Formats: sequence, C-alpha cells, structure tokens
Amino acid sequence: MTDMLAERSRGYWFVQGMKGLFSLPGFILMSAFVGFTALAFQSGLTRAEATFLTFFVWALPSQMIVVGAISSGMGVLAAFLAVSLASIRMTPMVAALVPEIREKKTSSALLIFLSHFVAITAWVYTLKKVQDIPREGRIAFFAGLGMTLTLVNTAIVFSLYGVVSQLPPIAAGTLYFLTPMYFVMSIWESARQAVIYWALALGIIVAPASHYVAPQIDMLVTGLVAGTFAYVIDRSRRKRAA
Amino acid sequence: MTAQEIGVFVFILIAGTLGTDIWRWLGVFGGKQLSEESEALIWVRSVATALVAGVIASQVLYPGGVLAGTPMILRIGAAAAGFAVFLLLKKNMVAGIAVALAVLAVGLHFLGI
Repeated sequence: MTDMLAERSRGYWFVQGMKGLFSLPGFILMSAFVGFTALAFQSGLTRAEATFLTFFVWALPSQMIVVGAISSGMGVLAAFLAVSLASIRMTPMVAALVPEIREKKTSSALLIFLSHFVAITAWVYTLKKVQDIPREGRIAFFAGLGMTLTLVNTAIVFSLYGVVSQLPPIAAGTLYFLTPMYFVMSIWESARQAVIYWALALGIIVAPASHYVAPQIDMLVTGLVAGTFAYVIDRSRRKRAA
Repeated sequence: MTAQEIGVFVFILIAGTLGTDIWRWLGVFGGKQLSEESEALIWVRSVATALVAGVIASQVLYPGGVLAGTPMILRIGAAAAGFAVFLLLKKNMVAGIAVALAVLAVGLHFLGI
C-alpha cells in the first residue's frame, strides 16, 4: 500500500517536472535553441547532424564549439579538449545537485543516466524547486524536467531546421542576451544561502581578470578562485554570527 | 582527424558527447561522497555558482555572433539596467529581463544594426 502511494507520487512529481517546459526558463531555453538552429544551418550542418548533436551533447556552449570545430576542420582531439574545458563546470554542478535529489537507495547507474540531462537551465530550476518537493519525488521531478527539456528542444532543432535560416540581427542579438540575463536573475532569486550571492558577484567580477590572464581556462579559474573566496568570506561571516 | 575524415556523427560522439558527459559522470561520483549540508558541499556549490557566473559574464563581455562588434558599454549598461530593475521591483525577473533586452535593442537600433 505504501509502495503504491510512493509509486503514484513519483509519477506525479515526474509530471510536475515535465510542466517545467511551460515556465519562464523553459521558454527562454526554447528561444535559445531557435537561435542555435539558425547557427547550425548557417554553419553547414545537416538536419540529422544538428538534431543528433543536440540530443547527444545537450549543453549549448559545447554544441557551439562542436559546430565551430566541424565547420573549421578542427581535429577531433583538439575539439574534445576545447569541449572539455567548457564542460568542466558540469562536475561541480552535478556534484552540488546529486546530494539534493538522491535517496540512499538511488543507484549510480540511474544517476549516471540522468546526469546527461543536467545543463544550466534544469540545474537552476531544480535547485530552486527542490525544497518544496519530498525527497522521494526529487529524482522523478528532475527526470521529468531534464528529459522533457532535452527531447522538446531536440524536436525544435529538427523541425525548425531550414525554416529559421536567418534571424534579423536585432532579434538574434536580443535572443542571445536573453540567456545570461535569465541565468543571473534566476540564481539570485532562488539563492537559499548567502554564499550564493557572494559566488555570483565575485564570479562576475573575477571573470574579466581570468579571461585576461588565462583565456583558455578562464571559466575554471573564475570558478575556483571566486568560488573559494566566496566560501571563505561566507564561512567567516557565519562563524562571527554564531 | 577532422569531421570530414571520420564522419560527423563519430566526431560529435567523441568530441561533443564524451567531452561533456565525462564531466557529468565525475560529478555523480563526487556528489555521492558529499553529504547534505556539509561544509564541502557548500564549497562545491559556491564553485559551481561562480563557474556559471563566469559563463554569464563572458556571454555579456565577450559575445559571439551579431553582438561581437557592439560597444561593451552598451552590453554592460543593458545588463546593469535590467538587473537594477529586477532588484528594485522585488526580484521581478520578467521586468528585469524586459528592460535589459529593451535597452540593448534600442542601442542596436541606433547603431544601425
């Protein structure tokens, strides 16, 4: 009986996750993928290649790098390294998400499978909602959200390929700007600990310096330096308060 | 070996999928070691947030495509105006985003883009 109730509530939370498609972040992400479809078309990828790339990579910065690498004739090893540098952020993102959503009995195989659907939008949205979801529903919520976002945006790339071949420049420019603006406000709005404000502010301040000093690995430098600094400030403030 | 030599789909799987998913898998193993509300998790969360902040900043400061040739002051101004409105209106995201995009669009219009 309790098992049946738990099963039913997992299904319920999976559907709640799916509904995230019709949220503000869901719409912003879909707009970003309309822009990506135009980019892939202009760069000479076929419809099948652009669709395959979206589903099997599922991270816009990585996808942009792969598109550039294919059209410029870059070697596969160099492209792998470039994508890796842009994707190292996935490790702390997934590592911060896993303790929030897993149950003790959740298998590593399931987490590995679901980790493919982690990208910034689903990450921010899940961390924002997770406090209002009972633990046994959290994996289901993330699965519903992440898989729906991935599949629908893959479908957008497939169906709009060639339809949206070129956006007017003002539309392309503002569409591009939508994503960073949404991310910064969404993280700020959903912060549950003071350390998040510090990390966000210091990350933005440190980013240009990292870009200047180490352009190849600037994201990594920004994350480690600003993130550690934010943590130290936050811990000393917590100690003082306690 | 370029995409032309090994085929685009194989190229995508090696460079794109492996280059991205390896880091996700590492995160799963790292995350399983972290207990909720441990100091280590707070640090990881802080680093992850700062990394994403770095991505956000470089999208505004060093954009590609249409925005690449536009004055940096316009992009910073649009982002700052939007964020200020977001804070002033008690974290109203729709208003903040609308103001940022409007300032940018007006600027692009006057630049003749």
